[in-house]
Amino acid sequence: MRRFTDRLKETPSQTAGPYVHIGTTPGFIGIGGVYPADHGAVMVNESARGERITITGSIFDGAGAPLRDALLEIWQADANGLFNSRSERRGTADPGFSGWGRQPVDLETGIYRFETIKPGRVPYPDGRLQAPHVMFWIVARGINIGLHTRMYFGDEEAANAEDPVLARIEHKMRLPTLVAAADVSTYTFDIHLQGEKETVFFDI
Amino acid sequence: MRNAPTETGPFWPRDLDWHPKALTPGYKTSVLRSPQKALLSLPNTLGEINGPLFGHNMIGEFDNDLLINFARPGETAIGERIIVHGYILDEHAKPVSNTLLEVWQPNAGGRYRHVKDGYAAAIDPNFGGFGRTLTDDDGYFAFRTIKPGPYPWPNNQNDWRPSHIHFSVFGPGFAQRLISQLYFEGDPHIALCPIVNTIKDPQAIDQLTAKLDMDNTIPMDARAYRFDIVLRGRRSTLFENRMEGN
Repeated sequence: MRRFTDRLKETPSQTAGPYVHIGTTPGFIGIGGVYPADHGAVMVNESARGERITITGSIFDGAGAPLRDALLEIWQADANGLFNSRSERRGTADPGFSGWGRQPVDLETGIYRFETIKPGRVPYPDGRLQAPHVMFWIVARGINIGLHTRMYFGDEEAANAEDPVLARIEHKMRLPTLVAAADVSTYTFDIHLQGEKETVFFDI
Repeated sequence: MRNAPTETGPFWPRDLDWHPKALTPGYKTSVLRSPQKALLSLPNTLGEINGPLFGHNMIGEFDNDLLINFARPGETAIGERIIVHGYILDEHAKPVSNTLLEVWQPNAGGRYRHVKDGYAAAIDPNFGGFGRTLTDDDGYFAFRTIKPGPYPWPNNQNDWRPSHIHFSVFGPGFAQRLISQLYFEGDPHIALCPIVNTIKDPQAIDQLTAKLDMDNTIPMDARAYRFDIVLRGRRSTLFENRMEGN
């Protein structure tokens, strides 16, 4: 019988620091010759199914300045709502789409950019469908433990209105912090660490 | 163990008192970068339970050997030669196999190979300062490197980082994603460091401190440091028909 008290403690988090690129995206800072490419830089190949989209934006601190040393990772379902993962039991995800991406923000402008596909809908544990969304994980100097949030799509109003996660947000005026503005195939998703527009972050 | 089925359950919640808080004024940069509103707690959905796949074909032969992976042929990085090794386990002490571990660090003088690092210590032409490996079926990993040097950083007027190696771990579920730092047993800077001290529990700090391991030290070559990493474990579903039980 496995009991609660048998558990080991999780290794505690520490900040990724300002030099996170060295270990995660060395090519981005011009260090070549060790890895063939920056891991997670490319999420789609030519055979990937679904609508090609761009997700871009900035991360702002409590003074309104964009972070210029942050790293973002995204994780999402494929166009059919399946994850390219060992634990996916509902079917086989699109082999042309990894579902996982990693991008630093630009060292000068603070802008990030992902080239991905629009995800399908994934069921919530109770069977209701979630709206299409992309999971975000953000690390940087000054962030002691990686921040989890989600991006929803501004052109999916009907699906967003019935999304079980968005429905859990008590303060409805905060909902727009999770919804990216749509402009054809480009979605702009700015993240605010503090202040009136503070993004909803999740304890998952 | 080798043929254990892939687990698909939700994860135990994080103990957020064991981890550092978002706002830790002793580490000044956290003041404007810490969310001020409460995190919204969610039950794990399929997205958090699943995580990206990485294959052994992405790992190069010398990716886990920082002594030589950036060095000119026949040369090695300057510094104290060390091996860092251990296991990645989940909270139930089960091995986390085939998971990606990435590391990065400054050189023996405390200088990073980064366009934004202007510290006076010299760059080592034979040291890139990063590596990666996948754990084996037992969750075991090892990499060879040089012991990183301490360095000053702008926080208070005279703050120095203890020798440390940054590390990033995945695990099979995206909710397990973790970045942290490894410190070295006996370093007097550990107790003085505002970043270390964002963690309140001394046992949690000890969990980030690699221990000198003379049994695995290679005589006349490289000292070993032992460092185990624990990722979040999964709840097992009650009444689920599994050989290993609950």
